[in-house]
Parts: sequence; structure tokens; C-alpha cells
Amino acid sequence: MPSTIALTVARYRPEQESEPTLQTYEIPYRKDWVVLDALNHIKDNVDGSLSYRWSCRMGVCGSCGMKVNGTPKLTCATFLADYVPGPVRVEPLDYFPVVRDLVIDVTDFVRKLKQVKPWIIREGDGAPSDGEYLQTPDQLDAYKQYSMCINCMLCYSACPIYALEPGFIGPAAIALAQRYNMDSRDQGAPERLQILSEHEGIWQCTFVGECTTVCPKHVDPAGAIQQYKLTGATHWVKSLLMPWSHR
Amino acid sequence: MSAPHYTLYHPRWYRRRVSVWWWLQKRSYTTFVLRELTSVFVAFFAVVLLWQLRALVQGPEAYAHFLARLRTPLFLALNGVAFLFVLFHAITWLHLTPKAMVVRLRGKRVSDSLILAANYAAWLVLSAAVAVVLLRV
Repeated sequence: MPSTIALTVARYRPEQESEPTLQTYEIPYRKDWVVLDALNHIKDNVDGSLSYRWSCRMGVCGSCGMKVNGTPKLTCATFLADYVPGPVRVEPLDYFPVVRDLVIDVTDFVRKLKQVKPWIIREGDGAPSDGEYLQTPDQLDAYKQYSMCINCMLCYSACPIYALEPGFIGPAAIALAQRYNMDSRDQGAPERLQILSEHEGIWQCTFVGECTTVCPKHVDPAGAIQQYKLTGATHWVKSLLMPWSHR
Repeated sequence: MSAPHYTLYHPRWYRRRVSVWWWLQKRSYTTFVLRELTSVFVAFFAVVLLWQLRALVQGPEAYAHFLARLRTPLFLALNGVAFLFVLFHAITWLHLTPKAMVVRLRGKRVSDSLILAANYAAWLVLSAAVAVVLLRV
């Protein structure tokens, strides 16, 4: 077991340099450390100027997504032990503008997420006294997988379509739209179909499948998109054969 | 002391340009681009089929000419390559179907491997049917 390990970290300080550079830190190796622990060690003991996002350190908040040796990962769930003897290369997520060091700008994702209306839509709510909306375990199972998404954006960073067509609404947003579409309490599917069947929506996806591979929560956005394509196509055929029906 | 200077938006974001060779950076990306490329060869087969139909309509002489053309080394090579790509197209397509198809039997989702097996079985049955028709003639 090595006593130290090298961490090669992408640095970008816009006030100093016009493009990112790599900086290597030799830090103690501990087999129970994840990449985020290593970054925290650097920040606390070696170089306080290193910038990166993190919060929960347990795979819930979705803040610490970075590229580790070229693959999008949650750094809180990526053990140094898997990269021995190193060096471990840590870079910001691809296809997002870099603000500083490992910090990316998430505005584009947040805007797209909001577009798909990821909340329960009802055509007129009952009064609270009418009681709660009931749901069977089977109805819960229909969407539960998609509800595990933590908005970490690893899927965007793995998606070459998003790289080439920045307007693409993207894997996580579509998976989350599907999370609400499949929810038995929701009535907003027609509204979301309008947004998702546009040019920038589901049809941009040509099924590379990498979003599903990198997803740390096993959401399977690629599956969600393909299933939604089926819904979209069925809806289109229906509207062609029965133009008088509203849905 | 002057007041700290704030800007609303970061003026100096760094945006990395996507390399033209992005599809060579990962095996899955290369597979994907190859799969997309197979459409060209599927189109090639369709064109050959149309050409064959036209020759058939034009009479026995034209059809014999068509067959002679297909026997040239160039067409044999082209057809060989196209066949490999169409095979790749079919196999990758079948392997993607379980993602797009959610089949529920008695409330439980049918496993991916079962859907895949059903697809392969259908492919086998159809190919056998085509072979029977062709070999009988």
C-alpha cells in the first residue's frame, strides 16, 4: 500500500490564466478516502485556493460531480483505492462553462429542469378535507426509479449530444419529466409532452446510452427517453388518425 | 478603502471546445457512431433492391445484366461490407430494445434478457421463413 498518492487537479483562475492548467498535489493515501476527502485534505492543509463544490458527502446532494480520470463521477463515492498507484486526474464536468477550478456553471441545467415542470400538476385541486391522494405500491414502483435523480449532471457531462447540440434538454430533465408523467397523482403529461416533443426534446437523443452508464443513482435516463419517444410517437399517430380527440 | 467590486455574471468562463475526434475518445462513443453509420449501408441495400426491381420490370436481358453486375468483385466486396454493417445494425438494435420496451406481466417488469431473447427468437423465425421461401424457388 503506498503512503502517498498524486492528485492532478485542473485549475482555472480567470484572473490569472486564460485557460485551465493542471496542478499536481502529493497527498497521504488512505484506503478509506474518497476523491472528495483528498480534495478536502488539499483545501485544508495544502492549498486553500482550490475551489470545488460539495455538500453532503454521501451521494444525496449531487454537488460534487467531477471528472475522475476522464469519467464523470460523484467524488464522494469514488475511492482513491480504485486508482492506486495514481496519479488521479480530477477535472470539472465536461460541456458546462467552468467558473473556477472544478466549479462549473449550472444555469443551463437549472433552466432546462424548470422547463419540464418537475412537480405534480393537477387540473384543479380538491380541498384538503377531501383527503390525500392514495397510491398503491405498484403505482409507486412505476416512477420510483426516476425519482432517485439527484441532479448531479453527470449524465449531461457524458452526453455527446448535449456537447454538440447545447439546446438539447438533456437526460436528467427528461428522466424527471418521466418521473412526474408516470406518477398516478399527476395530470400534467400533456403539458410536458408539448415541451418534450419539440425539436430540442426527446428526438435529439440518438441513444448513446452513456447517461445511464454514468448515473450514480441507477435512474436510467436513456431508458426514460426511449420510452418517452414511444409515448410521443403513439401520441402523434393518434392525433393523425383521430384529430378530434384532444389527447 | 474602496468598496468590493462585484459582477453579476462571471465574465471569464472557460468553455472547452468539443474535439472533432470526440467519438474516438471512448469505446461506447465509437460503437454509437458506427451504429449511426450503418444507416448508410441499410440505404445501400434498399437502393440495390430498387435497382433489382427495375431490372426485373425491364425484362430478362436487363435482369441478366443486373446479376452479372452483382458478381463483379467490386459489388461482392461492397455487399460483404454492407452485410457486416447491417448485421451490426441489427444486433445493436436488438440490444437497445429492452431499454425502450417496458413489458409488464402480472404486475412485474419482464427482465431485459427475456425481451432480448424474444427479439432474437423472432429474428431467427423470420430468417428461417425467408430461407424457406428462397430455397423452395
